[in-house]
Amino acid sequence: MDTSNPMIPQPRKIKRVIRETHDTFTLCVEPETVELEKSFKPGQFNMLYAFGAGEVPISISGDPRKPDVWHHTIRDMGVVTRALTNLKAGDTVGVRGPFGSAWPVQESRGNDIVIIAGGIGLAPLRPAIYALLEERDQFGEIVLLYGARTQEDLLFTKEFERWRGKYGVQVRVTIDSAGRDWKGNVGVVTTLFPGVRFDPANSVAMICGPEVMMRFAVLELKNLGIEDRNIYVTMERNMKCAIGFCGHCQFGPSFICKDGPVFPFSEISPFFGIREI
Amino acid sequence: MSDQVVMERNELNGLFTALQSQGYTIIGPTILDGAIVYDELASDKDLPEGWTDEQDGGIYRLKKRFDKALFGFVVGPYTWKRFLDPPEKRLWRAERDGKDFHIVPENETPPKYAFLGVRSCEIHAMAIQDRVFLQGEYHNTTYKSRRESALIIGVQCVQAGGTCFCVSMNTGPKALSGFDLALTEVIEENRHYFVVESGTIRGETIIAGLAVRPAKKTEVAEAEKRISHAAENMGRSLNTEGVRDLLVKNHDHARWDEVANRCLSCANCTMVCPTCFCSTVEDVTDITGEHAERWQKQDSCFTLDFSYLHGGSVRSSTRSRYRQWLTHKLATWIDQFDESGCTGCGRCITWCPVAIDLTEEVEAIRKSSSMESDPPIEKGKS
Repeated sequence: MDTSNPMIPQPRKIKRVIRETHDTFTLCVEPETVELEKSFKPGQFNMLYAFGAGEVPISISGDPRKPDVWHHTIRDMGVVTRALTNLKAGDTVGVRGPFGSAWPVQESRGNDIVIIAGGIGLAPLRPAIYALLEERDQFGEIVLLYGARTQEDLLFTKEFERWRGKYGVQVRVTIDSAGRDWKGNVGVVTTLFPGVRFDPANSVAMICGPEVMMRFAVLELKNLGIEDRNIYVTMERNMKCAIGFCGHCQFGPSFICKDGPVFPFSEISPFFGIREI
Repeated sequence: MSDQVVMERNELNGLFTALQSQGYTIIGPTILDGAIVYDELASDKDLPEGWTDEQDGGIYRLKKRFDKALFGFVVGPYTWKRFLDPPEKRLWRAERDGKDFHIVPENETPPKYAFLGVRSCEIHAMAIQDRVFLQGEYHNTTYKSRRESALIIGVQCVQAGGTCFCVSMNTGPKALSGFDLALTEVIEENRHYFVVESGTIRGETIIAGLAVRPAKKTEVAEAEKRISHAAENMGRSLNTEGVRDLLVKNHDHARWDEVANRCLSCANCTMVCPTCFCSTVEDVTDITGEHAERWQKQDSCFTLDFSYLHGGSVRSSTRSRYRQWLTHKLATWIDQFDESGCTGCGRCITWCPVAIDLTEEVEAIRKSSSMESDPPIEKGKS
């Protein structure tokens, strides 16, 4: 990215659009450079601009070691994401980024890893999963607890079998409300803890989902004995500039855009859960 | 930097002509719509000669002075931030061509501003915004180029306003650095002159072209006496001891509800604050859909939209918005930029339509705080 004027989006070509669920899709965008070291880190995000409609922060959901394409998994939520929905392969999207902090992948070597995701929260965690699996032998148990509202809202389900079978990841899935054909778990994501194997004393947890879900996930992890400093969460707030100038994303003393979005829970815990902070 | 010099009142216009001949656009105090604002000045005749301002919570009015002072007032509703980072600016334009579009960045040639009449609190405000816009990985490019090219001519305060508390914030009334030139206006029975000090080489060069002579010790003493007088007559004071923890720990204090009952959430305080930096962006298109623009506009944490996320606002109550503003200004700003976001200029008190006074709010929380018994709350370090 041109750091001399970080407010200018770079027009980039869309290589492919993947429909993920009824309301969620992935834009595969050609990055400015294919150099691995200039690629993104798991957990980082881009600002995506739809011509004339506006700009939104979208986490990068693809493989950090494949720098020739940047995946952005987007839920159709508002005006800009709707405009992004309408884009097709060959169209152009404006990109600024990548911005923000990363999941502690290398830093967690030698530990068990507990990943907890809610809904589209799996998107910013998927690059971390790819990076963990790339050097699978560096980690002990890897657990993925994933919850969504319904079966139709589950993301990336095709990959779960490979993660389970090839890499021995303990993937557990639950949904809030189920139809007749659902044979899996029903309930909030914390109900998945019983039966998963990991050593709380030597574990690093990475959580992304709605704040209320993260609050209960953190409580559960702490009950199991994982320390605050080994729990990482990713936060979200209104964001306009992504570089600490617009002031919108402040969360207590932190700017989500430049201090986060990934935080050790110990850093934000004094402010986490304060209403309207 | 160099020794101080004296410039007689009737030589002041020489400063104007010197600056204008060097291509500077002079911005300084002038009267507009019943207030002293900052705008372009053609000569010393545009200065508010013989006027002063009376200020208190929710009160601002101009009054005639008994002398012909040119800078005999404090700060008004404008701040220099409107010239350093315009409240509305186009960031770029985009043109569609077929399936593609290209972006045309806004490349500004910075105006060559000479700011005349910058007060010590305002010099500190610029230093505070420097930390926001220039110290990190990325720079605010408009601010950077305008800031670098601007000439700062300070005026030392020789009187204090009714809502001033720069002494509490350690930002005045005397500016010690951060200016190219600093003037102290001295009016004696039969004389009207300025003691002039330069802070930079640029300032010295300007002095060299003016009709000045070395200042006598008595003249410097007269100037200092007047600045001390301002320091002793602050309209407000703020006890800043432990204010960071005081506000952060008392996020649940009943006083926030009390102030929210009065606060109109009008955003006046953030508009007049010399350090408030928040902005938003607006994307616009023309009717053909071929041309789009992005504009950056001054924004305020008091608006409901400011914290909009997924179908609702995070800070939906006035209570939480006032708390955010005050806690950021006086407390979490310190976590972010290692100094307070407040300069003690008092604008937010004067221009609040219901006279909410942050010094009073902090004191109310301090008096009824239970913080001694609370566990420490800090920005954790992992």
